[in-house]
Amino acid sequence: MSYWIVVGVTVVIYAILTVSLNIVVGYVGQPNLAQSAFFGIGAYFAAVFSTRYHTSFWWTIPLAFVTAGAAGLALGAISLRLREDFLAITTIGLNFVVVAVFQYAPFFGGAVGIYAIPLPSIAGHPFGNTAFLVVGLVMLASVMAVSKYLEHTWFGASLMAIRDDETAASSIGVPVASYKVMAFVLSAAFAGMAGSLYAPFLSVVTPTSFGFTESVVILAMLIFGGLGTIRGAVVGALILGSLPEAFRFISNYRLLTFGVVLLLMLRFQPEGLLGDGSVLVKLTRRSVGALRQRRRSGTPDPPGAAV
Amino acid sequence: MVLSSFINGIVLGSLYALIALGPSLIYGILRILDIANVAGLTLGAYTGLKVFDATHSLPAGLVAGMAASAVFGFLLQRYLYRPILGRGPLIPLIASIGMFIAMEEVFRLVFGPYPLDFPAKVPLPTVHIGGAVVTGVELVILIVGVVVLAATWFTLRHTRLGLAWRATSQDRETASSMGINTGLVIAMIFVIGYALAAASGVLLGVNYNTVYPTMGDIPAYKMLAIIVLGGLGNPLGTIAAAMLIGLVETFVVAYVGYVLPRDAVAFIVLIVILLVRPQGLLPAESFRS
Repeated sequence: MSYWIVVGVTVVIYAILTVSLNIVVGYVGQPNLAQSAFFGIGAYFAAVFSTRYHTSFWWTIPLAFVTAGAAGLALGAISLRLREDFLAITTIGLNFVVVAVFQYAPFFGGAVGIYAIPLPSIAGHPFGNTAFLVVGLVMLASVMAVSKYLEHTWFGASLMAIRDDETAASSIGVPVASYKVMAFVLSAAFAGMAGSLYAPFLSVVTPTSFGFTESVVILAMLIFGGLGTIRGAVVGALILGSLPEAFRFISNYRLLTFGVVLLLMLRFQPEGLLGDGSVLVKLTRRSVGALRQRRRSGTPDPPGAAV
Repeated sequence: MVLSSFINGIVLGSLYALIALGPSLIYGILRILDIANVAGLTLGAYTGLKVFDATHSLPAGLVAGMAASAVFGFLLQRYLYRPILGRGPLIPLIASIGMFIAMEEVFRLVFGPYPLDFPAKVPLPTVHIGGAVVTGVELVILIVGVVVLAATWFTLRHTRLGLAWRATSQDRETASSMGINTGLVIAMIFVIGYALAAASGVLLGVNYNTVYPTMGDIPAYKMLAIIVLGGLGNPLGTIAAAMLIGLVETFVVAYVGYVLPRDAVAFIVLIVILLVRPQGLLPAESFRS
């Protein structure tokens, strides 16, 4: 039981990362292969401040949010000058540079990373795994709520307009530059927040945990679940995040699994498992529609029709 | 000291040019940043090593490695890239990254996680020029580099394939309507590009006497920096950029030492170039016109 709570915390952290990545990649359509760097920036600042300055866990959350958001601001500014594949390799580069800084800067503890990050406490009681899970779920709920809110505002609609046609969006008055940057900042800030949970949960952070391949893993989860949808992001993290725990083979050949998943999805089902226009969603919509039709016309359901 | 740094720089530059030329040709024709190309490099190195172990002949290993990688490249363009070409540059790039990390795991699974020796001897002596020492392997790299680069230049400039490559890279649809078999051109460019990658993989393995699953990582980052620096899709610019990076790296290591790890430095250079001069040092038009 306790083991599955630990798996649950891992999955929830991945879900925060995929849902936040979806803001930039899914809504605005900008490539970002540096999400794990923002995650790392949040985790590292939380780790440094809680070990060296004894900052309370509850204060490291906004700290990680702001520092990672500031890094997102830098990438957002870069994104205004570069398009598509060039922006993509720049984000790859950014991820390597951030990891190199973790490795070389004494402030971040060098190659060994930062050890003995204290457990957070609530009302004098140190956190157990269940408390981590609860806090993680609250964080996940907050990023999901913000995403949901985005989908229903002019800001969110503008982001999707930028994705579909940047020139057309700017011609109807969407402030393309500032909205793009804001999306990058939001996305990075939530990834950083996930880092502030990850650091005390593992009690150690090392540079290699936040490498480029982790960014690919996060993107693979998002593409697997369905780019552009909150449900897709969560389900992708849930399935691909828990598979390595369930099957030893997958845990041994994790990158092979994620690479192949990415290839197969992009080749055969780019909408992902639950994205808009994916086979599953189309089938569900069609059968739900047919069901409603039948209800309305008053004929009883034939047995087995409600699939 | 200066002379030996210069020669080392040229040797490194030739290796980089061999690594980056394939992706540069592929980018020129398809607008895809083919990161999976370095999987061809590692595949070539392992195949070359296994054939060398069996036959004790380095040329046989080199040819076998190039053949295996060429087949891999052909299959990749046929079954992965061609079907997703219409979906913008990002989807193929991400698929390419997926292929790259999956193949590294395949190499680890098939050949084991530990570095293998590549104890090939080359039939060339170590040469002393002035105060500089050039080993036999370095001579081979120089010779292979010069031959391959000259052959590429000749092919692009003076053959029908070169003409077809240039036409297809300008406009695939128009080239196709002018009677160029663009599918065949794309396939041939992949075969050539992956064979070149395999050749550089075998040479890398022999030069450093080691072959390991992630040996493509650093070439991958370098390759990206070089083809961007050289002006995307411009093979001559790519060769010039490879030489430049080879020389700069050698001189910096010889006279300044390391500040950050090499891959981070390559990426900082890459990001700065992209921001300041996104068309690269030599824009592609200067070659095509």
